[in-house]
Formats: sequence, structure tokens, C-alpha cells
Amino acid sequence: MSASEDLSTLTGAARDNVFQKDLVTLIPHLRAFARTLTGNATQADDLAQDALIKAWDARASFQLGTNMKAWTFMILRNQFYSDKRRSWRSTQLDQEAAERTLVAVDDPESPVALDELRQAMAVLPAEQREALILVGAGGFAYEEAAEICGCAVGTVKSRVSRARKAVQGILEAGAYGRDGRPADEAMGNILSEAERLSAAR
Amino acid sequence: MKRDISSKDGENTPNGVDRMIDQQSSRPHVAAENSDEARLRQRAIGVKLRQMFDEVVNEPVPDEFLEILRRADSSSGKER
Repeated sequence: MSASEDLSTLTGAARDNVFQKDLVTLIPHLRAFARTLTGNATQADDLAQDALIKAWDARASFQLGTNMKAWTFMILRNQFYSDKRRSWRSTQLDQEAAERTLVAVDDPESPVALDELRQAMAVLPAEQREALILVGAGGFAYEEAAEICGCAVGTVKSRVSRARKAVQGILEAGAYGRDGRPADEAMGNILSEAERLSAAR
Repeated sequence: MKRDISSKDGENTPNGVDRMIDQQSSRPHVAAENSDEARLRQRAIGVKLRQMFDEVVNEPVPDEFLEILRRADSSSGKER
């Protein structure tokens, strides 16, 4: 679309039509964001579908021509945290993610680099994970990520930097495990790293 | 006095001082090597992170998603 003034004059079905066309192109990105937030494909698609419905229902409040990707990501993120708050299992799920990581590190055959990264991401505190994925993979500027997360730009920067360091540390701990060092040493490293990070919040 | 605050043997002997200077002078070199390595590792992590994300982006969108919008479309059509 060339002029945003043209878009703002659209009403009714014509406006819905434009809105929906843009929304459809964002579905793959919403699914990817949801997948990294939840670490689980089924939960992620449930979350992304909920976000899609929320975005559609709130379409009147969106200003056509502005950043719809950031807007929908914010909706999805809010949905994720309100689901999480409602669920008493949230801390338990993080524990499960940590255990999956430990199991994988324990097995010298299975780890593929991408899986290791996925698992390292799963161990991160949620706010660091989302900051890293938004800036590092989602293509958002720090300012946009800050808006999506509802925090200061400086906060996003420090979360991204801590997340990067932590992922590197976790991957290195995993590599030690494969180098023939006792696997429980690597497990201990990962757990203490995850614990330290959660405490540093 | 020095002996009181230092716990290591020989830290206030000439030898000990030399050792400390050696350690200090070698530090910047090590740090530079580490930060180069760290930068390379971070770049590798960044590439993999995008790969991980794009893998999902490139998956075909399950039909339920489009179904949601089709349903939304027809219900909003009825309202008007």
C-alpha cells in the first residue's frame, strides 16, 4: 500500500479485507514466535490461534499502515503470559524443559546443533527467551521489542545480552558432556546456570 | 603488614611480584582472543537462532488457522 491516508479512510468490509490479507501473511511468524515461547508445537498452535482470534476481534483498534507484526506479536505474548498465570503448572513446565535438556546432553549420539539451541532456549527465563527471539530471529529493532514486551529499551538490551551469554554457556556445558566428562557435571553446570539466571531477574 | 593480608606464600617476594606482573601483562591478550572467539560463537548462535525460527515460518500453515479467519469472515459478513 502506498499511502497510509488511503488506508485510514477504509471502512467496513473493505477495511476488514485489507486487515485480513495482512494478518494472513503474519500467521507463519506468529506460529514461530509461539513455538519458541512454549517450546511445544501443539501448545504453540493453540496459542497462535488464540492470538489470531484476539487480533481479528480487536481489528477496529488497529491503525492500518502501522506495524501489524509488532501489534500481533504483542497480542500473542500477552495471551501467553495470561495463560501462564492461570496455570499453576507453569514452573513445573520449565522444570520439564530443563530435564529434557539434561537427557539430551546425556546422550552422545542424539544432539544436533539446532536441537541443542532449542533446548538451551527452553532453559532460559521466559523474558530473556522472548527478548532474544524477537531481536535475534524475529527481525525486530530493540525499540519494537521493547514495545512488544512492555518494557524499556535498555531492559530489552540487557535481557538480550544476558540471554546470549547464557545460551553460549549452556551450549558449552553441553559440549563438555560430549567430550567425555562426567555427564552429571554438565547437568550441574546447566542447572546452576539456569538457576543463576532466574535469580538475576 | 603485607604478610598479614596475603594468604599465599611468596606473594611479597620479588619472585611473587614478577609472577603477578606476568599475569597482568598477559591478560589483555587473552581477553582479546576470548572476545574474538566469543563474537564468532555469538554469530554462530545468531545464525542458528534465525534458522530455528525460519524453520517454523516456512512450514505450511495448518488449515485450522485459515478456517478461523474464514469463520470470522462469514460471521462479520452476517453482522453487517
